[in-house]
Amino acid sequence: MTGPTSPISQDVLLGVEQLSKSFGNVRALRDISLWLPRGQITALVGDNGAGKSTLVRVLSGVHQPDHGRVTFAGQPVRFADPQAARLAGIETVHQNLALVDELTVWQNLFLNRELVRRLGPFAVLDRGAMQVKAREMLARLSVNVPPVRAKVQRLSGGQRQAVAIARAAGWGSKLVIMDEPTAALGVQETARVEELIAGLRAEGMTILLISHNFEQVLRLADRVWVLRSGALAGGRLTTETTGEELVGLVTGAIAG
Amino acid sequence: MTTDIQTEPERDERIGRPRVLERLVVRPEIGALIGAIVVFLFFSIVTDQFLTTGGVAVWLDDAATLGIMAVAVSLLMIGGEFDLSAGVMTASTALVTAIFAANVGLNLWVALLLSLLFALAVGLFNGVLVMRTGLPSFIITLGMFLALQGLNLGVTKAVTGTVQVSGVASAPGYESVGFFFASTFELFGTQFRVSILWWIAFTAVAALILVRTKPGNWIFAVGGAAQSARAVGVPLVGTKIALFMTTAFAGWLVGNINVLRFTTVQANQGIGLELQFIIGAVIGGCLLTGGFGSAVGAAVGALIFGMARQGIVFAGWDSDWFMLFLGVMLLAAVLVNNALRRRAERVRR
Repeated sequence: MTGPTSPISQDVLLGVEQLSKSFGNVRALRDISLWLPRGQITALVGDNGAGKSTLVRVLSGVHQPDHGRVTFAGQPVRFADPQAARLAGIETVHQNLALVDELTVWQNLFLNRELVRRLGPFAVLDRGAMQVKAREMLARLSVNVPPVRAKVQRLSGGQRQAVAIARAAGWGSKLVIMDEPTAALGVQETARVEELIAGLRAEGMTILLISHNFEQVLRLADRVWVLRSGALAGGRLTTETTGEELVGLVTGAIAG
Repeated sequence: MTTDIQTEPERDERIGRPRVLERLVVRPEIGALIGAIVVFLFFSIVTDQFLTTGGVAVWLDDAATLGIMAVAVSLLMIGGEFDLSAGVMTASTALVTAIFAANVGLNLWVALLLSLLFALAVGLFNGVLVMRTGLPSFIITLGMFLALQGLNLGVTKAVTGTVQVSGVASAPGYESVGFFFASTFELFGTQFRVSILWWIAFTAVAALILVRTKPGNWIFAVGGAAQSARAVGVPLVGTKIALFMTTAFAGWLVGNINVLRFTTVQANQGIGLELQFIIGAVIGGCLLTGGFGSAVGAAVGALIFGMARQGIVFAGWDSDWFMLFLGVMLLAAVLVNNALRRRAERVRR
C-alpha cells in the first residue's frame, strides 16, 4: 500500500477502504483506499482509463462496489442509486453539467426539488419563492451570477458551470464531487470557476475535484490522490509535491 | 451567508433584460395565435356564416375532438415521444364501448369503464415497450397503429359480420352517459356541443400541469435533456409512461364522444388522424425534437384546423382545398417558429 498512512486524528468526511469494482474482465478499480478530509479540497488525478470516473460513479451511487467499504460522516454507506447518495449529502457536478437547456436557471436549480404550495387539493409550483431562493443560491457564489429567469441555453459556459455548482452546493450537501469543472472553459472563465470553488471551501464545504490540469490541482487542492490502471499510485499533500512528481505518478515513471 | 436577498444580484452585462416583446416572441404558441387570428379574420370577411353563432358552434365542434388529442399529443411531444397509434385509438376505444354495450348488452357505464381500461393498457404497453427497448417511439407506436387497425377490423367483423357497430343508442345507460359525452348546451340561442367544454377543460388542466406543477417541469426535462433529467433524479421512465397513458386516455375520451354522438362506429375510423394531431401540436409550437412546446398552442393549432375546414365549407369551395391550406399552414408555422427560435438563440451571446 502506498500513500500517506491512515489519518488517525484528522477529521475524515469520506473514507474508502479496499474498494474494487470490475466490469466483466476489466478490473476498473483494484483495492483502492483513500479518504477525504472534511472541509478541504481533495483532487483526484490520473490518466484516461485510470479509474477516476468509476470511483466517482461508485461514490455518487451510480455503480455499486464489488468489494470494500465506503464510510461517510462516520457511517458505513452503500448507495443503491444516485438519489440515495444525494439524500446522504453527496452531490455530483457531472462533466455534462446535467442542465436542461430549455428550462430557466431557477427551474434547473429546483428540478426535482420544486417548491410547491397547496391550492385546495392541488400542489402548484411556488414560482416566486423558487426565484427568490435561486437568487440567494447564486448570490452566495458571488461571482458570475446569471439572471435566474434566463434560459440556461442563453448562458455562457462559465455561467452554466456556476449554475450546476450552485445546485450541487445549495441543498445542504456535505460533499460536492466535481468532474472536470473547467475542462471546457476559457482562461477567464476557468479563473472565475476556480474562485467559486475556493469560495465553497471557505464556507466549509468538502470538495472532491477531478482534474487533468495539474497546475489547477496544485493551486486549488489541499491533497491529491493519483490513480493508475485502476489502483492507487499515491497520495500527496499539494504543499509537498510538484507537477513533475504528479506526472511521474500518473505515468508510472515514479513507482509511488 | 449574509446576502441580502432583496437586492437583485449583479447581472451579466452581456445579457440585457429581455424586453416584453422579446419575451412574447419566444413563447411557443405565438405563431399559432397569429395564424388563428389571420384565419379567423379571413373567413369572417370572406363568408357570411362564419361569424354567426351557428357558424361558431360548427367550427368549435370540429376543433374540439381534434383539440383534445392535439393537446395530449403536445404533452407527449414535449416529453420527447410520438404516438402514431393515437388516431386509430379513437376508433378502438369507440369500438370497445360499442361492442360491449350493443353486442354484449352491458350497461354503457360498464362498457365505458372497460373501454378506459383497454385504452390505459395500450398506453401502458406503448410506454413500457419504448422505455424497456430504448427504441424510438415512432417505430413502436407504428407497430401499435397497424396492430390496432387490424384488431379493429378483425374483431368487428367477427362480432357483427359487418365493418361497423351500431345500436349504442338502445343500450342501457345511454341517457346518462350521453348527457356527459354527447349533449348540447344553449348559448346565445344556439346549441353548442358538450365536446367543446371537454376540450376547454382538457386544455386547461394540461396547461396547468405543464407550467404550474412538478410533473410539468419533468415533462420539459425528460424531453429536452433525458440524461440530465435522470442525473438529478427526475423519474424519467414514469413520466414518459404517464404521457403515453395520457394520450391513450385522450383517445378514450374522443372515441367515446364520437360513438355516443353518432351511435355507430366504423371499424376503419381514425386512420390518418394521428398525423393531424401531430400537425396541430407542431403548429402550436411543439418541436419534433422535444423539450419545447405548449398545450395551449396545440389547442390553438386545432382551432386553426376547425376554422379552416369549416370556413372552406362555408365559402362553398371544394373541400380538396383544405389539404393545400393545411400544407401551407404547417410550413408557415414551422418556418415562423424556426425563425423566432433562431432569433431567440442569437440573442444568447
